[in-house]
Amino acid sequence: MTLEEAASRLESQFQIVNRKTFREEITLELTLAQIEPACRFAKEQLGFDFLADLSSVDNFGDEPRFELVYELYSLSSKIHLRLKTRVSEDHLEATSVVHIWATANWHEREVYDMMGIRFSNHPDLRRILMWEGYPYYPLRKDFPLEGKPSEIPEVAFTEPAPLAGGPFVSIPGAHIADREPRAHRVGDD
Amino acid sequence: MATIAPAAYDSKVEGNVIFSRLDACINWMRKNSLWPMPMGLACCAIEMMATACARFDIARFGAEVMRFSPRQSDVMIVAGTVTYKMAYAVKRIYDQMPEPKWVIAMGACASSGGMYRSYAVLQGIDHLLPVDVYISGCPPRPEALLEGLMKLQSKIEHERAIYDQKKELLEALS
Repeated sequence: MTLEEAASRLESQFQIVNRKTFREEITLELTLAQIEPACRFAKEQLGFDFLADLSSVDNFGDEPRFELVYELYSLSSKIHLRLKTRVSEDHLEATSVVHIWATANWHEREVYDMMGIRFSNHPDLRRILMWEGYPYYPLRKDFPLEGKPSEIPEVAFTEPAPLAGGPFVSIPGAHIADREPRAHRVGDD
Repeated sequence: MATIAPAAYDSKVEGNVIFSRLDACINWMRKNSLWPMPMGLACCAIEMMATACARFDIARFGAEVMRFSPRQSDVMIVAGTVTYKMAYAVKRIYDQMPEPKWVIAMGACASSGGMYRSYAVLQGIDHLLPVDVYISGCPPRPEALLEGLMKLQSKIEHERAIYDQKKELLEALS
């Protein structure tokens, strides 16, 4: 099966919001309700037996704000298909695909930990990198790099990191010559 | 009845007696057998392992007995990035080490957070533990760790072991 065949079979079965082809990679955008049945169809009927990645994007300012990205791969046909869906900030919940690909377990936990999107029917939806009780979702665009203070006694605490003069901190928006970190030292501004 | 001859005038023993302060003796013993608690958290741990191996040979300084039990160790070498998630675990291990104990912050991350100016990384282990020696480098070479160890040894040499650490005992005795 070629990638084109797989994509058109999905298109005939499901309502596709958007289809993009870029450098011979096909991206299909589906509605949130259809992503789980589409994944099941892709696995069972089209032979996409490998979930290469499951990630999320924060399009801060857009509506719907978040995006889930599913990278599917078929080891037998050697084709790669990307499925996307939008998640609104008002209803941060998607359907889990753990029962289709077991590898989605930790990927979905990471999305939940970093972006705050919950997955219904997930067998064990806990934070994976931060600790239980940490009040923020640090990969969101409105979360500052230096962090925010938090404290759970005897478990963990956080404090904002000093960013001035850091070796990897650049100034957003400035000209590249002024943006360079080495142009800035503590006390310059 | 036989009398015991005073030993100080025995010519066979005389050359083998050294007079010193008890502090100096204790410090000398401590500094030459520092048992490290290897707190390897990131790439610095690789350099620490190299330091323990044949080429650099930390055994030359008496610190080759890496103890993975905090109750048997004297110096904690914090080698690597201390994340907030790990921070209290490091502190708990430090708390379990018996006195006297020392801490070496190995590398930029353990000393100051290093290049990780971020929400997830503790900006220096000295926020939680009293650090004796900081070693610069990212990661430091094994020579730098050995230099840090020698710095710690000379620090221990100048401690007042009896007075500071047995203060309560001395007060109770007097």
